[in-house]
Amino acid sequence: MLRAYAICVYIFLYLPISLIVFFSFNAGKYAMSWEGFSVFWYGKAFSNPLIMGALKTSVIIALSTAILSAIIGTLTALGLERTKGWVRITFDALIYIAIMVPGIVIGISTLIAFVSLFDVVNPWLTPTLGIKLQMGTWAVIAAHVLFNIAVVALLVRARLQGMDRSLVDASEDLYATPLGTFRQVVLPLLAPSILAGFLLAFTFSFEDFIIAYFVSGPDTTLPIYIFSSIRRGVTPEINAVGSVVLLTSFVLLILAQAVLRRGEKTARA
Amino acid sequence: MTETRRPKLVTALLLAPAGVFFVFLLLVPLAVVLLFSFGERAPAGGYVPAFTLQNYMDLPARGKAFFNTLTLAPLGTLLTAIFAFPMAYFLAVKTSPKRRVAMLILVMAPFWTSQLLRYYAWMIILGNKGLPSWLAVVGITDVRIINTPWAVLIGAVYGFLPLMVPPIYVSLEKLDKRLLEASADLGATPTRTFFQVTLPLALPGVATGSMLVFILLMGDYILPQFLGGGKVFFIGNALVDLFLQSRNWPFGAAVSVALVAIMFVTIFFYMRFVLSKTDTRRAALV
Repeated sequence: MLRAYAICVYIFLYLPISLIVFFSFNAGKYAMSWEGFSVFWYGKAFSNPLIMGALKTSVIIALSTAILSAIIGTLTALGLERTKGWVRITFDALIYIAIMVPGIVIGISTLIAFVSLFDVVNPWLTPTLGIKLQMGTWAVIAAHVLFNIAVVALLVRARLQGMDRSLVDASEDLYATPLGTFRQVVLPLLAPSILAGFLLAFTFSFEDFIIAYFVSGPDTTLPIYIFSSIRRGVTPEINAVGSVVLLTSFVLLILAQAVLRRGEKTARA
Repeated sequence: MTETRRPKLVTALLLAPAGVFFVFLLLVPLAVVLLFSFGERAPAGGYVPAFTLQNYMDLPARGKAFFNTLTLAPLGTLLTAIFAFPMAYFLAVKTSPKRRVAMLILVMAPFWTSQLLRYYAWMIILGNKGLPSWLAVVGITDVRIINTPWAVLIGAVYGFLPLMVPPIYVSLEKLDKRLLEASADLGATPTRTFFQVTLPLALPGVATGSMLVFILLMGDYILPQFLGGGKVFFIGNALVDLFLQSRNWPFGAAVSVALVAIMFVTIFFYMRFVLSKTDTRRAALV
């Protein structure tokens, strides 16, 4: 009974995804009527400068977000280990607020705060320095980093709390400098959770539509491109790009999980 | 002096970058939204400083969006929990420990793939050329699913099942199987064991999963946009309209403030309720 239910759940979860991959190999022009096998749309998608440009923007955003969030999130977790009292309570509250405020509100607040700021500073900057500040890729990265700092900090802190204190004590007893202890003992132990956080941040940032929709200004990310082509009526071109994207995020997720699991095992050993 | 001051300096330096982000990309922007919500709309769209409560008085104009969100988000969360529970139970209790993790990852994976594409696929499946036309073949005609609350609920279960299963799985996996045996030995029927032993012990997992799903559903835009098709719209859709189409920033700001306020109040009471039901104080969010 339960087994049959589980099989149904897997079908339910994977049927829509398979449909997209299946129709990406469709020779015909219409998204959902099969006219024979072809990789024509893959070639078309990868020679479309708009799609490739959007893909490049998305990769830049996701990579920057992942690197910055992994570093800042880890520093935050390490910093919070050293604090008590109101600093800690404040940061804990900020971390949970960053996670709980809906992405759409993060997008909106970032948009109106920065646009208002630019309205004030641009009349000064443009005539004197020839600079015109505007929304764009940088704003998407900034808003994504905000959310993912919170995620990485939580992941790394969970790992720090599970860490064996005696290792650090031993290192200190053996006259290692604090930096030496950090590099040779703490960092290797934290590495799996930092890497998992990096991969989660990359995936989040690469998939995000709603924040980018508000703050990307004239720049187009891949999800924004996909959204507007779904509105126009999709060609199998989008199915082809989608299949590649699905496969990439699938691989990244499994990688993140494998890293996290392996980390747990070494922590216990 | 320096002995105590240096570690403090290190701590401050460690926390500074995150502090900068929290202040300039979270607190200040949220304060700006709050400020704008008391302002007036500029004739060409945008914001003019003012102090008025008019935007809040106008909230009922978007009452439909609030009503849809506040009924379908909790309902969607509940349905997701109901469908996720047997799946989590199957993975935690009925699957061999060796295959468990791989099968769990397989459940989670879809959540981390493009939300746009997955809901687009459902748009086709539930659309008039999809399921309704297949049903027509077997004689069931005049079924409309797309652009109804049902489509949004199906989408909610589909979209958030991958997020709901893991926390329930974790709490069920920790459950001591001997308790179930004890319950059976004492003559309880399987149903009674389920309601009096299994379910209460799995409640923390159900609570964590439900909160995650509820937070995401409340602020969703893509799901109602694709499967509600402008007929069943959420607060998220109203916000996109107000900020990007009609450019009524002050009113949009008031709607945002209302959304965040409702979420925080709901979560606060929900947590209190859950904590009173379970004495295990675990609220693992990620």
